[in-house]
Amino acid sequence: MNSLNTYLIISAFLFSLGLLGVLQRRNLIGMLISVELMLNAANLNFMAFNRFLTPDPVVGQIIALFVMGLAAAEAAIGLSIILALFRKMHSINIERAQKLKG
Amino acid sequence: MDTFSSVTPVLAQAAFWITVGFTVSGAAIAVFPRNILYNVLGLALALSGIAGLYLFLGSFFIALMQLLIYVGAVCIAIVFAIMLSRPLHLETPKRAIPKVALGLAASAVFFVASASVALRTEWVPAVERSTDWSVETIGHMLLTRYELVFEVISLVLLVAIIGAIVTAGFSRRLSS
Repeated sequence: MNSLNTYLIISAFLFSLGLLGVLQRRNLIGMLISVELMLNAANLNFMAFNRFLTPDPVVGQIIALFVMGLAAAEAAIGLSIILALFRKMHSINIERAQKLKG
Repeated sequence: MDTFSSVTPVLAQAAFWITVGFTVSGAAIAVFPRNILYNVLGLALALSGIAGLYLFLGSFFIALMQLLIYVGAVCIAIVFAIMLSRPLHLETPKRAIPKVALGLAASAVFFVASASVALRTEWVPAVERSTDWSVETIGHMLLTRYELVFEVISLVLLVAIIGAIVTAGFSRRLSS
């Protein structure tokens, strides 16, 4: 259908949007959303290479599945940490989370 | 292999670019607005668009998994976390302009670098390419060559579930 470069540029754009979100957001849930966006961009890259280059098109799909599983685990752990932090600090602004600062 | 081979090429191209538009606008909604609920809805839109792109890449199975795991599970979990932590009523501090400018510059540098690397590389496809995209083959490979990774992923998910329950539950007991 389209060339490999189209998909690569789309996924680079998605990844840099996610990077921008991680760098500038101060809401922890917003940062988590941006991390999910970056993981999806990497997954899109895997699938594009799988479609256009690899000898065996099963391998890329399996790697995409593994990344999805790890992202689900990361989301569960991250959200429970955010909940615990909110109960302690009554805020999910990351600049408030500085109890260890001397 | 190509799900959209029956559609005429022009229509397929139009559908492809509409999907890309959904994905990019969803990603923009997921990053830029201050209201966190809009961010989650934009994330759901972007993930659905990426599932559509997986369809264009020829994998119906991964597209379904994307819809099921990301749009169905992860987005709903994030909505639950938002409702449990009430960030909408909290203060939204002003954005510091230098930080936003630095973040924009960093991500722009990353985008230009990776896009130019992608454009300048001469991608060479493998000489002999199998055309076996069936779900049966994926299942077979998951239980033969990648079985160890498969089991380790299950273990990671189990540990993550227990860890999430312990983290959220213990902090409730401590604070109340």
